[in-house]
Amino acid sequence: MPAHELIPHLFRTEYQKITAVLCRLFGIEHIEIAEDITSDAFLQAAETWGLHGMPENPAAWLYTVAKNKARNYFRHDAVFKEKIAKQLQHSLPEAGEIEIDLSPANIRDSQLQMIFAVCHPSIAAEAQIGLALRILCGFGLDEIASAFLANKETINKRLTRAREKLRSANIPVALPDKEAIHSRLKTVLTTLYLLFNEGYCSQGQDMILRKDLCLEAMRLALLLVENKLTNTPEVNALLSLMCFHASRFEARIDTNGNAVLYDDQDSSLWNKELIDKGKFFLKQASEGDIISKYHIEACIAYWHTQKNDSRKKWESILQLYNQLLLIEYSPIAALNRTYALSKADGKEAAIAAAEKLNLGSLHLYHSLLGNLYTGIDQGKAIHHLQKALTLAKSAADKKTIIKQIDACEA
Amino acid sequence: MKEFLLLFRSDPKIVPARSPEEMEKMMKKWMDWIGGIAAQNKLTDRGNRLGQEGKVLKAGNVITDGPYMEIKEAIGGYTLIKAGSFEEATELSKGCPILSVGGSVEVREIIAM
Repeated sequence: MPAHELIPHLFRTEYQKITAVLCRLFGIEHIEIAEDITSDAFLQAAETWGLHGMPENPAAWLYTVAKNKARNYFRHDAVFKEKIAKQLQHSLPEAGEIEIDLSPANIRDSQLQMIFAVCHPSIAAEAQIGLALRILCGFGLDEIASAFLANKETINKRLTRAREKLRSANIPVALPDKEAIHSRLKTVLTTLYLLFNEGYCSQGQDMILRKDLCLEAMRLALLLVENKLTNTPEVNALLSLMCFHASRFEARIDTNGNAVLYDDQDSSLWNKELIDKGKFFLKQASEGDIISKYHIEACIAYWHTQKNDSRKKWESILQLYNQLLLIEYSPIAALNRTYALSKADGKEAAIAAAEKLNLGSLHLYHSLLGNLYTGIDQGKAIHHLQKALTLAKSAADKKTIIKQIDACEA
Repeated sequence: MKEFLLLFRSDPKIVPARSPEEMEKMMKKWMDWIGGIAAQNKLTDRGNRLGQEGKVLKAGNVITDGPYMEIKEAIGGYTLIKAGSFEEATELSKGCPILSVGGSVEVREIIAM
């Protein structure tokens, strides 16, 4: 890989590791120093590698440079000397030489602790996702902006506010204690779930970026599974859910980059390895007696890895959506339940249920009714699809709906 | 939105007569009905079933066993829903599976304290 391709790649994988280790060392209130030192190391890499060629082990090179920069900072910066050195979380050797441990074990521990710092309940969910992308996943501002369909400035402001909050709330870079871990994990899981959905369901057009978002969410969930303290049934259920969904990545897009709906997907493109992993984590999740919404969603996602329609499949999915709605209402769950109802009990029953949902402001609601009326009342089907078309925002959604209208009119 | 308590009454003698398959079918009907209310975002609390035995406490420390097995309309469970009006709450109750086995649903508005 040439330097101009390798550096962004390394930035994605190594930036978060170095920042996490430095943050753990300095404390979260100095997160900007940690990020600056890390960014500086990458800047130096870009300059040096361009001139002198690439080192044999680029990641190790970056670690060494980051370590040296941190040490220099430690020696020369007055603020650092006065403030940080006194409160460094690890005691310093006599010589005053700072110990920066970039071993795999310390990187893993630091990252895990950073997950809990970033996903702290005192920080708004949206800001958490932004921070997670920047600090835990090493995404650039451009990428975060395009993932959120916002401009760079807005994202930058949001991140600055979130960092300020991290600082002022004095959030420790540490694992919560045993009593608090369950409630803290809840916030972490919500953020990872949103992060994954941002990639899986967002309107953004950049499919590679969207896939990266999902893979990052999965990597962070895997970090939680690999630690004994955080390896709970709920975490396994969430990871299982992600694996099942991610298994369809290759089948969701055609060669022209257009979205392919579930029913039209070539199931030979589904990733069997990920489906097996999903099953493995679902089995792990079933230990214990908690049934969280992630468990139920993972079970639903499991059924969707079975391409063939059967009464049992849709009956099971319907019951799962019933359970999911009892735990937590969401418009999407309500619409999906109604679709499952049509598959299990027929379109008439589903139309009657759909008309009570009171979700007329959503394009998905009208798409569903358009689908349900197709073959029963074409006039009503087209009416709802046209309504969906006026409400849909993304070009991809509009394209799909126009196709459905054409099929109805044919 | 107002809150309503739905009280399910039925003849307790009917229940033990059902086979496991019938029980499962009945359970599914209940889940489909409650799921339908939840899908409209009108479920507050799915509630619970109540055991068949009971005690009644009266003034003067008089405690009696509830005469539940004898009456045909014993309270077997409850659910909390929200609705805009009594009419809507009653409408939501119409699909309750207990109606298909000779039971009844009592709809009561909850007055906040």
